[in-house]
Amino acid sequence: MNGVHDMGGMQGLGRIVPEPEGVVFHAPWEGRVHAMTIASPTRSNIDAGRHQRELIPGPEYLRMSYYEKWFRSLSERLLDQGLVTAEEYASGRSAPGAAKATPRLAAGAVEDALSRHNSYVREAAPPVFAAGDVVRARNIHPDGHTRLPRYVRGRLGVIERAHGAHVFPDSNAHGKGEDPRPLYTVRFTARELWGEAANPRDTVCLDLWEPYLERA
Amino acid sequence: MALRVKALESLLVEKGLVDAAALDAIVDHFEHKVGPRNGARVVAKAWTDPEYKARLMTDATAAIAELGYSGGQGDHMVVVENTPQVHNLVVCTLCSCYPWPVLGLPPVWYKSSPYRSRAVIDPRGVVAEFGTVLPADMEVRVWDSTAEIRYLVLPERPANTEGLDEAALAALVTRDGMIGTARL
Repeated sequence: MNGVHDMGGMQGLGRIVPEPEGVVFHAPWEGRVHAMTIASPTRSNIDAGRHQRELIPGPEYLRMSYYEKWFRSLSERLLDQGLVTAEEYASGRSAPGAAKATPRLAAGAVEDALSRHNSYVREAAPPVFAAGDVVRARNIHPDGHTRLPRYVRGRLGVIERAHGAHVFPDSNAHGKGEDPRPLYTVRFTARELWGEAANPRDTVCLDLWEPYLERA
Repeated sequence: MALRVKALESLLVEKGLVDAAALDAIVDHFEHKVGPRNGARVVAKAWTDPEYKARLMTDATAAIAELGYSGGQGDHMVVVENTPQVHNLVVCTLCSCYPWPVLGLPPVWYKSSPYRSRAVIDPRGVVAEFGTVLPADMEVRVWDSTAEIRYLVLPERPANTEGLDEAALAALVTRDGMIGTARL
């Protein structure tokens, strides 16, 4: 989806405001939103969660803070999946007689859940490309979720490294299964992406799935 | 926002969808268990132990797990090394991907539009905004985290630190140095 979230290469979005180390949440509510997103039993995966935030209309997406987006996405998932009704959401109280669930994540299980290794590598067809191959990022414009940024589409790059097959976000985000595809780190020169004014030494690497690439 | 979030939390707790103590434990994890001091320990060990550094450069996920750091947003780690000739800078242009187990949650600027948009087209300008002018003959490598691979920059060990032990070296390592918006 060619949304405002795909902002690599844009200019004029303001100054970068540095901040010191050690600030984690800027208000207690941010931490609660982060924690509720992790703990609540919404049926989702990381790709669907990202896509849900991308679907926030562009002008609002640019205006909202990071955790405002998270709160909105969490609220939408809870409502869409029927875990909370609109009346309950508005009143902040459980409907009379509503069944009480058992939390999916207990306090004692949190540390283990957050430290657990969760691989995205899957068995799949062997990779078509190898390190050193020259490839072109396809000029495609999927209307759903994709991790192929606009700024590399149509550009030539070199396969830097093959990572095996990883869960494919373009499918997984839409509940169409993991559909694992080979993943590569692809190196683009800054001049290929940004023209002759770029420093000839500089490069940008992205991690791109095989369906995003064609042999050049 | 605080009131709306509080209302939602009360509702989810009342409905048994979340456990308030679990939320406390998650917040505690991100405030106290993960953060850039973890990454600094990895860097300091790599500076002082060549065999560890070799493992870190070939299988960063396993080498980082040796120090006890693992979990979500760090499932497939890659370490990229700064040298006198090469500077690395990490970004996520599409969202906010960041190696939680070793750096904790990202600073606001890392998740913000100005950084996400400009890091790929003007990395030298971005690093300069943080106070470091990279020489024109230094190669700049930007890493845009578009998949589940997470990147950690291994900064150059500062000069005149031969006498320091691992803990003292770790104290010299900054979060921005491990993202690449600064050099040590």
